[in-house]
Amino acid sequence: MAVSATLRAPFVKSSALPGFGLTLGYTLLYLSLIVLIPLAALLDKSAGLGVGGILAIAMEPQVAAALRVTFGISFAAALVNVVFGVIVAWVLTRYEFPGRRLIDAAVDLPFALPTAVAGLALSSLYASNGWIGQFFAMAGIKVAFTPKGIFVALVFIGLPFVVRTLQPVLAELDDEIEEASATLGATRLQTVTRVLLPPLLPAVLTGFALAFARAVGEYGSVIFIAGNIPYVSEIVPSLIFQKLEQNKYADAAAIAVIMLAISFAVLLTINLIQAWSRRRTGNV
Amino acid sequence: MSELAIELYREPPVRREHNVTTETRWVRRTLIGISLVFLLAFLVVPLVEVFYEAFGAGIAAYFASFEDPDTRTAISMTLLVAVIAVPLNLVFGIAAAWAVAKFDFKGKSLLTTLIDLPFSVSPVVAGLVFVLLFGAQGPLGPFLAEHRIHIIFAVPGIVLATIFVTFPFVARELIPLMETQGKADEEAALTLGASPLKMFWTVTIPNIRWGLLYGVLLCNARAMGEFGAVSVVSGHVIGGTNTMPLHIQILYEGGGDGATAAFAVASLLAMLALVTLVAKTILEWRYGDELARSHKH
Repeated sequence: MAVSATLRAPFVKSSALPGFGLTLGYTLLYLSLIVLIPLAALLDKSAGLGVGGILAIAMEPQVAAALRVTFGISFAAALVNVVFGVIVAWVLTRYEFPGRRLIDAAVDLPFALPTAVAGLALSSLYASNGWIGQFFAMAGIKVAFTPKGIFVALVFIGLPFVVRTLQPVLAELDDEIEEASATLGATRLQTVTRVLLPPLLPAVLTGFALAFARAVGEYGSVIFIAGNIPYVSEIVPSLIFQKLEQNKYADAAAIAVIMLAISFAVLLTINLIQAWSRRRTGNV
Repeated sequence: MSELAIELYREPPVRREHNVTTETRWVRRTLIGISLVFLLAFLVVPLVEVFYEAFGAGIAAYFASFEDPDTRTAISMTLLVAVIAVPLNLVFGIAAAWAVAKFDFKGKSLLTTLIDLPFSVSPVVAGLVFVLLFGAQGPLGPFLAEHRIHIIFAVPGIVLATIFVTFPFVARELIPLMETQGKADEEAALTLGASPLKMFWTVTIPNIRWGLLYGVLLCNARAMGEFGAVSVVSGHVIGGTNTMPLHIQILYEGGGDGATAAFAVASLLAMLALVTLVAKTILEWRYGDELARSHKH
């Protein structure tokens, strides 16, 4: 008995603090009731279809079109977020100018503003008689109620992710390596592209993945501005909704499982990027 | 050495233009300009649009929008859901952070991953899981129907879906904060003879209060503004299970005067977002050191 007890590592390291059993027990109970059991119900519902059945649903023309629209536009929006996110993060951490702190605080607006409000405002702005939409209309471009509208909403939603993942990394960059680079005769452009930007790559990729994952699942802001035309501007979450209204629960569950699988793949990618970054540079 | 000599030996001030660790002035101005235009177009203009449209038909029309009993029901529905969901996630957040941050146990990283899980689930999927579980065709459907318990298309479903999407906010704010604070304060309190409950109220809670407030603010903003998950479980009963974000959609799709009313309701939620942002920013400026370091979303 005594031997086996010393050989087996205990489940929890002994501590003088009370309440471990109570708090862990409550955490597990609450987690199971709110998150794990409901998600299990989803897996259970789609398990009846089998992998083949789920793939068959993914191949249905309307589903395949929605997957293409969702992932294609999310990818494009996340790319735009990377370009502008790098510029905004760079400006906010490295330059001093009036209103910098105010703008820094405003970057979080897409996190704080309810998606329905964002969708409502964007669809009215980009409608062909809206403030911004009228200029596009003059050039013969319709933005609201087309896939371009989805793109606008997803750029808004994903805006803070790249900025917020980059800022701490940019702030920690050492001045000395820039000075060394300049002393060794590099032009400023060479210093930026060869010395400063490479260590930012993992953070940029993480920000991209976070913005992309958020965009793929986004519903509220998109449905206001998308027009939701099947095969053209219908996103996957909207299709799940439609299947539910038609009482096709198994189909809805199957599409949801496909989305879950893809978001797990994205999460896994983020973790791999961060592990790779830790190995390479010794920081996150 | 005379004072004059010291004056002469003082180094001339460094002019930023010659600084090798920054860009030339016009590059800096261009980058700042691009950032400002981008953020103006994507953040400021939509926000202004909400208030412009809400007040576009005059202040009287703005306030008349709130006379509508359905709008009032939607507002009280949103408040009710937040009043239930936020405290539940608050209690959970403290319990989870206590277990995870103050103890070492097997499977800890798995547990923190699971706590973050709701953030990576699409809101519509979050609503769907509850429909599958409690809906008429679900495993619990017949039992609930027999006992006339309404969960889906009723208040409990909306509350459950809201709890799901706001689940990690408080916990993920407190876990890194309590990990950096360590256990010494609590151990000292116990050694000095405090009861566990006294230790919790007089040591732990004061230590984490700003982080707690921060987490609750974000949790509340999301709870009141959630659209997708709530939309799936609510059944859109006007004057019944409609929350404010859902009511915005119904008013907007109704057309006509509805658009002004939609923007009026939206302006309330936009004000909530602004208050949240301001409070969050003040907390970060004043208590930045006490708050958790990693504010990733």
